Amino acid sequence: MLRYVARRLVIMFVTLFVIITVTFFISKALPGTPFADDKLTPQSREVLFAKYGLDQPLIVQYAKYMLQVAQGNLGDSFYFESRPVTQIILEQAPVSAFIGIQAVIMGLIPGLIFGVAAALRHNSVIDYTATAIAVAGISVPSFVLAPIMQYWIGFKWGLLPIAFFDSWAHSIMPSVALAVFVVAIVARYVRSEMLEVLGQDYVTLAKAKGLTYVAVVGRHVLRNSLIPLVTVLLPLVVGIVTGSIVIEQIFAIPGIGTLFVQSIQVNDYATILGTTIFYSTFFILAFLVQDILYAIIDPRIRVA
Amino acid sequence: METSQRQLTPELFEPVGEDFKDYERIAGPSIGFWRDSWQRFKKNKASLIGLVVIIALIVTAYVAPLLVPYSPYAQDMTRGYLGTSAEHLMGTDKFGRDMFVRVWEGMRVSLYIALLAAFFDLVIGVPFGAVSGLLGGKVDGVMQRIIEVLNGIPNLVIAILVMLVLNPGIVTISVAIGIAGWTSMARIIRGRVMQLRDQEFTLAARSLGAGRRRILTKHLLPNSLGLIIITLMLTIPSAIFYEAVLSFIGLGIQVPKASLGSLINDGYQELRFHSYLLWFPAAVFSLLMLSFNLLADGLRDALDPRMRK
Repeated sequence: MLRYVARRLVIMFVTLFVIITVTFFISKALPGTPFADDKLTPQSREVLFAKYGLDQPLIVQYAKYMLQVAQGNLGDSFYFESRPVTQIILEQAPVSAFIGIQAVIMGLIPGLIFGVAAALRHNSVIDYTATAIAVAGISVPSFVLAPIMQYWIGFKWGLLPIAFFDSWAHSIMPSVALAVFVVAIVARYVRSEMLEVLGQDYVTLAKAKGLTYVAVVGRHVLRNSLIPLVTVLLPLVVGIVTGSIVIEQIFAIPGIGTLFVQSIQVNDYATILGTTIFYSTFFILAFLVQDILYAIIDPRIRVA
Repeated sequence: METSQRQLTPELFEPVGEDFKDYERIAGPSIGFWRDSWQRFKKNKASLIGLVVIIALIVTAYVAPLLVPYSPYAQDMTRGYLGTSAEHLMGTDKFGRDMFVRVWEGMRVSLYIALLAAFFDLVIGVPFGAVSGLLGGKVDGVMQRIIEVLNGIPNLVIAILVMLVLNPGIVTISVAIGIAGWTSMARIIRGRVMQLRDQEFTLAARSLGAGRRRILTKHLLPNSLGLIIITLMLTIPSAIFYEAVLSFIGLGIQVPKASLGSLINDGYQELRFHSYLLWFPAAVFSLLMLSFNLLADGLRDALDPRMRK
């Protein structure tokens, strides 16, 4: 097991190294400079270049950047008041994290209920309703759902604030918009997993030896069908993060997604690099956690 | 109660029928895998509807723009924000462009992305996975590391990196899908091929003198076809979604071209007073995603032997 984790960690660092290197050289290979402003005199441009170390050879810049990144310093932004990128990210990440985690909690509970109910009442009205909700939840994207909520709940009925992030009330609509996808994924997964477990011989045995319905479902079926839920962890994280980039735009929330899109729009390379590294690390860690959890559950994985 | 004596006559002891061969007769015609799958697919009304709607959307996307006399790009400032009418079925946008033509133009982009994702899945994903699974050993190790690295990079980041080199637009999205869109297909096919290559029929083929290429193309891949279709049906909606997200945040299709994602974004900007600009593209996009998901569900139930009841 330890060997497995160690091997995965090595791969993780190789992946990160590749991503950072590729991103770095691509951003350097771009035509023009971040300071291509006609109003700048050659002297002030030189000062700026020296300040950001852009006057040095590419290899030196690369080595310096890699050393910096290893120390957790992602450089200074070219745009957002020249602040350190690490600082901006640390400031905005909690906002995204709050909305994301709240969305997972909001989605997980109804998702579990729908999935379990659908499986226990297979091929009934409950099953069809839950399946319909799940398919609709996957099909209607969050960037369609969010404007609908803004229009009706926020604008027409005035129940919740439409945008910005000043209070908890502001976080409800963004979280719900993200949570619908979670409900769909979890309900779908729990349903099919439970149906499979319900057909197993040990469930028949449990029924045959006279256990009550509650005991069969609670002790045997639920436990065995919920453990593999870790396999949906990664799709969930990917979905929430991708979704949050859009949702943060729609609700004008100062999170990482907004920072990412803004930095691309203003060609702020330091921030693009920084957020890219941040996202990649986050994704790779989620990957790692999922695979390790999976290896704990299913020992066959470790061999492969 | 009187018990009547039953008359036992010799006729009662004669054999009923002499044609025992009849018992061995197979009642119906033999049904192959695909016939069987089709029959099970047909039973699933929701996926059948999904299939019909997809075909209808494809036909409409190509035929409908020919039926109205507008170009998706022609601007006419005097005819902006016209609202829904017989003349403009989905109204006009800020610049007086007919939304009906633009929505179907956007639909064609989504369909192109669907086709492209399927193409990369088949042309890169399937061979990559099959070779990796069949050869095994060091080759497999290297190929798996490549996939792991590609998988570690978030899709959005890939799109951004490609965009830094090329300009945003349909080419960028295509390249991004080509770089990493096929990895899940490769992984699934690899697993399947590894499982099949140790089975008896492969051994039989090999002992009859079949080479690796023949085993792969004649035995392993045909046996993975169901799985390939299922995986394709999962790739397609997520690729369509990916393009829409990129276009929605302004990193995908650029003006004056339209995709459903960018139209939804445009409509969103006008939500307060001209909400129809959002509803139409959003409804069409949701319908497309819904049909693909329904179709995928039905195909999985029909083609996956484990789903059989």
